[in-house]
Amino acid sequence: MTKTSQPKSNASETENSNDLTVTGADAVLRVLEDLNVEVIFGYPGGAVLPIYDALFKRNSIRHILVRHEQAAVHAAEGYARSTGKVGVVLVTSGPGATNAVTGLTDALMDSIPILCITGQVPTHLIGNDAFQEADTVGITRPCTKHNYLVKQAENLVPVLYEAFHVASSGRPGPVVVDLPKDIQFAPIDMGQVEPAKSKAVVRYRPVMIPDADAISQAADMIVSASRPIIYGGGGIINSGDEASEHLRELVALTGFPTTLTLMGLGVLPSEDKHFLGMLGMHGTYEANMSMYHCDVMLNVGARFDDRVTGLTSGFSPNSQKIHIDIDKSSINKNIRVDLGIVGDAGIALKMLVDEVKKRKAAIKKDALSEWWKKIEEWRAVRCLDYNQKGDIIKPQYAIHRLWQKCKGDDVYVTTEVGQHQMWAAQYFGFNAPKRWMTSGGLGTMGYGLPAAMGVQIGNPGKTVIDIAGEASFMMNMQELSTIAQYQLPVKIYIINNEWMGMVRQWQELIHGGRYSESYSASLPDFQKLADCFGMKGLVAKVTDDLDPVIDEMLGTDGPVLVDVRVAKEENCFPMIPSGATHNQMLLGPNDKAAKPVSEEGMVLV
Amino acid sequence: MSQHLNSDEVRHTLSILVDNEPGVLARVIGLFSGRGYNIESLTVAGVDEANNLSRISIVTRGTPMVIEQVKAQLDRIVPVHMVCDLTQQGLHIERELALIKVVNKGESRIEALRIADTFRANTLDSTLESFVFEVTGSSSKISAFVELMRSLGHVEVSRTGVSAISRGLNVDMPIRTQNETQE
Repeated sequence: MTKTSQPKSNASETENSNDLTVTGADAVLRVLEDLNVEVIFGYPGGAVLPIYDALFKRNSIRHILVRHEQAAVHAAEGYARSTGKVGVVLVTSGPGATNAVTGLTDALMDSIPILCITGQVPTHLIGNDAFQEADTVGITRPCTKHNYLVKQAENLVPVLYEAFHVASSGRPGPVVVDLPKDIQFAPIDMGQVEPAKSKAVVRYRPVMIPDADAISQAADMIVSASRPIIYGGGGIINSGDEASEHLRELVALTGFPTTLTLMGLGVLPSEDKHFLGMLGMHGTYEANMSMYHCDVMLNVGARFDDRVTGLTSGFSPNSQKIHIDIDKSSINKNIRVDLGIVGDAGIALKMLVDEVKKRKAAIKKDALSEWWKKIEEWRAVRCLDYNQKGDIIKPQYAIHRLWQKCKGDDVYVTTEVGQHQMWAAQYFGFNAPKRWMTSGGLGTMGYGLPAAMGVQIGNPGKTVIDIAGEASFMMNMQELSTIAQYQLPVKIYIINNEWMGMVRQWQELIHGGRYSESYSASLPDFQKLADCFGMKGLVAKVTDDLDPVIDEMLGTDGPVLVDVRVAKEENCFPMIPSGATHNQMLLGPNDKAAKPVSEEGMVLV
Repeated sequence: MSQHLNSDEVRHTLSILVDNEPGVLARVIGLFSGRGYNIESLTVAGVDEANNLSRISIVTRGTPMVIEQVKAQLDRIVPVHMVCDLTQQGLHIERELALIKVVNKGESRIEALRIADTFRANTLDSTLESFVFEVTGSSSKISAFVELMRSLGHVEVSRTGVSAISRGLNVDMPIRTQNETQE
């Protein structure tokens, strides 16, 4: 049982690091400063008051006060994804920690590096059902990459360094450090910092450099292909900007068709002629058909997610598959591959480019040419065409037009979850990594607005747009207050169709049009809502409104909330229906009658 | 996961070397339950006090692809140092210990003693109407002994679960001296 000691004032610290003794709370901030943390997203509470006190006194790290702890984690995710740095979160015990769980699970599914410090009741009260006590470590064990409860003061500094290392190395992920309040008051000897830093990297040492022979073998397989495809994912973005460059080099070198997952958009510029568009449940026809009919598939940094594979027994049945991933457990998890290579995407791609260069002459140019002809036939289906005519704005048009007006600018886009998210992935082109932040694995509605805040904090001066659905927006709309407080010039572009679009689509296609609880009733007047928070609110009701509204939105210096009223019953196509194989896509509303969803398909999400 | 009789399911015995820290067992068990993997038997104890390490022996059942997943997922856990698949490595020894209390009198009591002798069990406790036997051996030997005792009286059983180690001179999980760092 640790006695709570009087916190030492700054005056009694000596600058001699050999006998520098500070409080636990102060130590936390010093460690974060040492790790070059510039921002913390958080919300105070009793169990973290000592840290907030130290924050106030040290005044060194910027703290962004959110209005809900879930938003703190999503903001940290947006920050991390758009800058490549670790997002840091500070929340209190009990409800603070439990509110963060959704964000942590989201970060785990999408592999985002987050360090989440949660307060905890004093060590002698743990397990007593104390006020605002929760078994944070127990609750977050399945939804974090790793977590810690610091029960002894001398472990505080080493744990923080290790936690940061675990969060940011290998496959990134969220790490929780639970700090009891008495530890925050306890005296900490800062002389242990150096040994703590070297010890931090001992336990967790992920494999970064792939086996050279395996890369050689992969290169052999690649150049022997007649119908190759490159399938890139979020792992390339997590690896760093160089990984994207190497992927582009590989594409240019080989001339191979390339598709990207939802999480990987931006690795290859969207207008690169080799880019087939996103693949998967709402991916393009050409991307999915190419994946099905290919003979050699190179997967870099993607995980064969069920949104991409469709029915696994029918996935790309005649191809040889190479899978490069930093996480060994992702290889051969859903889909059996012929060659699995564990390593960092960037390092692996660089090695692969070098090996392919040596074999460049062996690439089957004629076969490739034939393959591209086939792909052009699939492209000719023009699966993303939509018909915008008349006064009612089509949601696809609303997003497509936004992109056209943003072309040439370096914009950052976050989305919420649902139809608008898929349309944003289909119609908004990305030319660089770290510009597209969306909740892929967990699909968390309410992600986009706080994430946009985090992106804006990490990239001041850039245009940040949250493409939202009106139902998703309502989930974390209290963050308008955060945006107002810090005057973050985020552009919130609400695709308002008055329905939970994706739910309604599934109810239409699979549940006989029984729209159960999917209507967005009692929506606020978004313009008035914006006004309440002191920001600009715009509305586009008919097609002619759209251009001037977008122009005004992009031209405004401060935060803007835009309500784009769109057609209410548009469905998102193409669509691989639940339970179908990935070459059996519905291309439009007329397709649905031909292929009813099977019983097995019904039970899938 | 459904318990359908799958003919391509195999039974594997894994040894896992872990840091002996609070919650590490919860992590391993949470992994199995969260991902629907099967735990037939689990036993854990400290093996290296100086380096603060414990060894967890788990017997699991699944298709070969699932077994590979189990091992890869275990490997990902930060306090896990090493995962050994004893079944895949080849010849290994599996043993269990059981404490069995039998309450009976007369002929059944004499028969129980005779059977205990056959099974090379030790008698750890005795009253005029009961025995506590200690049996070690393979899981099937212990199950057989328990079944026989059940037909002879009232029975209470406490089993440890399978502990396993490879045959031969390969040291999979060496006990290191304190100064050696872990791989």
